[in-house]
Amino acid sequence: MSTTVEAMDKAMSVMTSAELASAQHSRETVGDFTAAEPRMVCRNVDVWYGNKQAIKNVSLDIGKNEVVSMIGPSGCGKSTFLRSLNRMNDTIVDCRVTGSIQLDGEEIYDKKLDPVPLRARVGMVFQKPNPFPKSIYENVAYGPRIHGLTNNKAELDELVEASLQKAGLWKEVKDRLDQPGTGLSGGQQQRLCIARTIAVSPEVILMDEPCSALDPIATAIVEELIDELRQNYSIAIVTHSMQQAARVSQRTAYFHLGDLIEVGETNHIFTNPQHKLTEDYITGRFG
Amino acid sequence: MHTWTLILLLLAVMALAYHLGIKRAITRVGGLKQINHLHSLPTYYGLYAALWAGIPALLLLGLWLGFQDHFITTLVTAQLPPDLVAAQSAGQIDLILNDIKNLATGNIVSATVTPEIQAAADQFARFEQLSTQAQWLAVLALALGGASFAWWRTEPQMRARNRVESVFLVIMVIFSSLAILTTLGIVLSVLFESLRFFELISPLEFFLGTNWSPQIALRADQVGATGAFGAIPLFTGTLMVSLIAMVVAVPIGLMSAIYLSEYASRTVRAFAKPIIEVLAGIPTVVYGFFAALTVAPVIRELGATVGLEVASESALAAGLVMGVMIIPFISSLADDVINAVPQALRDGSYALGATQSETVRLVVIPAALPGIVGGILLAVSRAIGETMIVVMAAGMAANLTANPLDSVTTVTVQIVTLLTGDQEFDSAKTLAAFALGLTLFVVTLALNVLALSIVRKYREQYQ
Repeated sequence: MSTTVEAMDKAMSVMTSAELASAQHSRETVGDFTAAEPRMVCRNVDVWYGNKQAIKNVSLDIGKNEVVSMIGPSGCGKSTFLRSLNRMNDTIVDCRVTGSIQLDGEEIYDKKLDPVPLRARVGMVFQKPNPFPKSIYENVAYGPRIHGLTNNKAELDELVEASLQKAGLWKEVKDRLDQPGTGLSGGQQQRLCIARTIAVSPEVILMDEPCSALDPIATAIVEELIDELRQNYSIAIVTHSMQQAARVSQRTAYFHLGDLIEVGETNHIFTNPQHKLTEDYITGRFG
Repeated sequence: MHTWTLILLLLAVMALAYHLGIKRAITRVGGLKQINHLHSLPTYYGLYAALWAGIPALLLLGLWLGFQDHFITTLVTAQLPPDLVAAQSAGQIDLILNDIKNLATGNIVSATVTPEIQAAADQFARFEQLSTQAQWLAVLALALGGASFAWWRTEPQMRARNRVESVFLVIMVIFSSLAILTTLGIVLSVLFESLRFFELISPLEFFLGTNWSPQIALRADQVGATGAFGAIPLFTGTLMVSLIAMVVAVPIGLMSAIYLSEYASRTVRAFAKPIIEVLAGIPTVVYGFFAALTVAPVIRELGATVGLEVASESALAAGLVMGVMIIPFISSLADDVINAVPQALRDGSYALGATQSETVRLVVIPAALPGIVGGILLAVSRAIGETMIVVMAAGMAANLTANPLDSVTTVTVQIVTLLTGDQEFDSAKTLAAFALGLTLFVVTLALNVLALSIVRKYREQYQ
């Protein structure tokens, strides 16, 4: 057993990652992974953690004004793929991304591109609400401040209000903007995090299981919000709930062990899956 | 017939009781096959028997050893010839008794041995031997009795585990209260001695006086006979040295903690952190002579080149070195709280397009601030209580000055000087040390309580 592993390690060191990827990649994606008006274009993306390949040759577009949901069993690489879209994986030691990921035609893994402004253009909402231990106002004003988006206090006030409005939180917090964001309920905290993301006016919003820590009522509010946000932003959402994927997304991508198995219109995927693995997953045979 | 032999024997009885207790429990329940009908695991029945064998016997032994001497002495004193005791003061009777005891144990005697004293000593030795024999018999009998009692009580339905655990609970409570009582004892002894001091010197003079010269006259016409106990110069000296120390330690400690926890690569961290922590392992006396022999002369010469007069024992030298000593303290505490800031907060900041330095400055440090402040307060109380460095480098002169180049003295230095050497323990001079100690204790306690409550509040926020 251990000798096989050593042999594989040796083989890896002489093969290039691209060769290895194609060698290991056995599954072609079923369905059309392109979008009509693509905002982000990913082609042949591989993600590695050290010697372990987490994403294998994935190609997927994220179009304008659409919600793409990514589903699949735990450990299938959907969160890893999402985090590679705004280079959040850079903070993980040993993580390598190969292939092409473009935002509006610009290669985001280009050596000349600075990941810091990129993350302002591709915002992210996390699984667990993570408001800063600051006031509600300061949480939303954080991004605009560091990017110098406003010229004076009045403009900043306006931007904070507009962001909270869009996140559907304004009515609940307008009288207590100076209170700590950590004192809000879980659902409110998650909407505060969305408001914080909107405040820097990104083009794409990535959401990593944004409702998994929320109760059903808060989930319903956030889902409604996602649908409204689609008017202005492109959204990619990772979710464990197939009902949620069906409710909020226009296209769905099914991941399995690092492969993108199938992608297509959400209602097609859920009513008429083409691939056996997809069918097994959405009918609840595993996962 | 030594007591240790008896204790070893007692342990042997306990071990025996343990094995018999297990056997008894298994026999009573009807053999190994029925073992699941026992209320507790068999070892608990063994422990139950061992505890019954050991604890009453040990208690008896302790009581016996505690009272034996007093008891025998009373007996011997009662039988001393009346003419020997008559017209003697209590102190002299004690001396005679001491001689008797020394004679009985074969030690050196202070006076010539009279036949009466020799007789009393013989009697003392006889009583002691009798007492020891009785003690062995009683203790071993009680141990065996306890073991038999446990043997007789053992039955399948007995809740051996609950009983054994409650005994261990009591033992743990006793030991933890020992620790607490020791603290209380120290505080009370300092408190009572301080009260005696404040009977001699008014608290107003002590806390508000600006002249410190703790002399007590031996003769009425002595030069410089009037002592002064105004502690303000000591407080300002302590404050100045601690302040200099914090000015050195807080920025260096914080910066190194931020660098190590946020920026340093794993390899840098792996060797830099232990090196900083080596500083914490250097004995303070080494820091002390480093300050007195290396740093102080350098500062004096530097001062001389720019035309400043620097005392050879300056507050600056002591404070600088004390600051170096405190660096690892602050840096490791700050490192802990910075690491405790959840990664999710950093991710949230990065995802908004913040740079690493913006994230550290605007999110991580504010989130860690309560913990950092707590750590700094703990470091301050450490600086205030630090003794060795200031004894060697800060000097003895109680100057009321704001000049860090002057020699100052601190509370801890004065406590050391007041109590070293031959001292009477009822003069205002030595009692002043207790008053200073109490002040120091109250201040550092207040700082620690404040610091710990801040740190705790911070911990609650993220767990």
